[in-house]
Amino acid sequence: MRAHHDLGGRPAGAIDRTERELEPWEKRVDAIFQLLAAPERRILRVDELRRAIEGLGGEEYDRLGYYECWIAAMVNLLLEKGVLTIDELGRKLDEVRLREQGVS
Amino acid sequence: MNARFAPGDRVVVRLGESPGHIRTPYYIRGLTGEIERVCGPYANPEELAYGRPGLPAQPLYRVRFRQSDVWADYSGPASDRVEIEIYEHWLEPA
Amino acid sequence: MHDDHDHDSPAHPHLKRPDVEDLPVTESQRLETAVRELLLEKGVFDTADLRRVLEMIDSWVPSHGARIVARAWVDSSYKQRLLNDAPAAVRELGIDPGPTQLVVIENTPERHNLVVCTLCSCYPRRILGLPPDWYKSRAYRSRAVREPRAVLAEFGTELPEGVPVHVHDSTADLRYLVLPMRPADTEGMSEEQLVELVSRDSMIGVALPMSPAASVGG
Repeated sequence: MRAHHDLGGRPAGAIDRTERELEPWEKRVDAIFQLLAAPERRILRVDELRRAIEGLGGEEYDRLGYYECWIAAMVNLLLEKGVLTIDELGRKLDEVRLREQGVS
Repeated sequence: MNARFAPGDRVVVRLGESPGHIRTPYYIRGLTGEIERVCGPYANPEELAYGRPGLPAQPLYRVRFRQSDVWADYSGPASDRVEIEIYEHWLEPA
Repeated sequence: MHDDHDHDSPAHPHLKRPDVEDLPVTESQRLETAVRELLLEKGVFDTADLRRVLEMIDSWVPSHGARIVARAWVDSSYKQRLLNDAPAAVRELGIDPGPTQLVVIENTPERHNLVVCTLCSCYPRRILGLPPDWYKSRAYRSRAVREPRAVLAEFGTELPEGVPVHVHDSTADLRYLVLPMRPADTEGMSEEQLVELVSRDSMIGVALPMSPAASVGG
């Protein structure tokens, strides 16, 4: 039983070597993780992040981009640990959507 | 840290057919390689991943394998190698 | 599912709209905004913390690795220290190796080294910056360990015949930096000039350093 993220040796096509700058939101996901994992907080560990990314399941793992997996996994961990609640996350997401539509 | 293996020792990687967070790649399970170096003691990531401390720390090794032992259809020279970090509880004497 | 128009659709040429593009547009971007704002509101960290980490990430650049390599090329005792204790040797140059254990692996006429992480994306981020997309890609992670020579060929890298290839699967607590071989015809070059020859990809092992002729003007 091989896990879906365990890729070594699997058949795969050509490597897309396109270089690009990370988008600001991607760097922020990385930065937020580092802040949560920093020794003075230790809210998350990198091993937990990896476990949570693997826990997204094969379909999501393939569908989502790299930092999309990170933020999805981080949200699950923050909910598990009680750092965030579904209620406050839902309200905040509604607020963000409204702001996008220019209703703020 | 009491390392069970020393550089040059021949070791077999356990099959370890468990679900969960594992840092021993599937392709190397059950294969025989040689200890390249002892990296030092590290907390067990299989425990850290679930929010536990992963202690006592255990030896981590770099283990070297012949590519021709890993891939039945390996087309490169016999001298090619793959080196992998493996925690002690995944290794048995060969 | 997302917006009613697609920013990347070729039917709609992408026009720069800085006022709009600063706003989140995908579910993941919305999630990032929401998580960030909630953590800031709760005081888990503050905006100064966030700015500091973002600046730190931007300070991790492949030229750190290039400085390390060039120093090892011109100073054999430094090279020995680097191979024996990479974190200490890297600190000598004022570069922070970070909390993971950095290991430098030397390319020689008898061995070419190539680094991959088949399980995720482990990479010496503080020395080379955040990894490029291809390093994190399914194709590289799947193939580098099984057909390293085909992967090298895809990167345009040709090794002299008979040189063994060692692939390093970065699975745990070590991070690998390849020390490439110093190119021929560089005897007269200064350390500063040598730095320019050391590409990021040569320190991952998918490429060789540039030759002096190729680096002129570029």
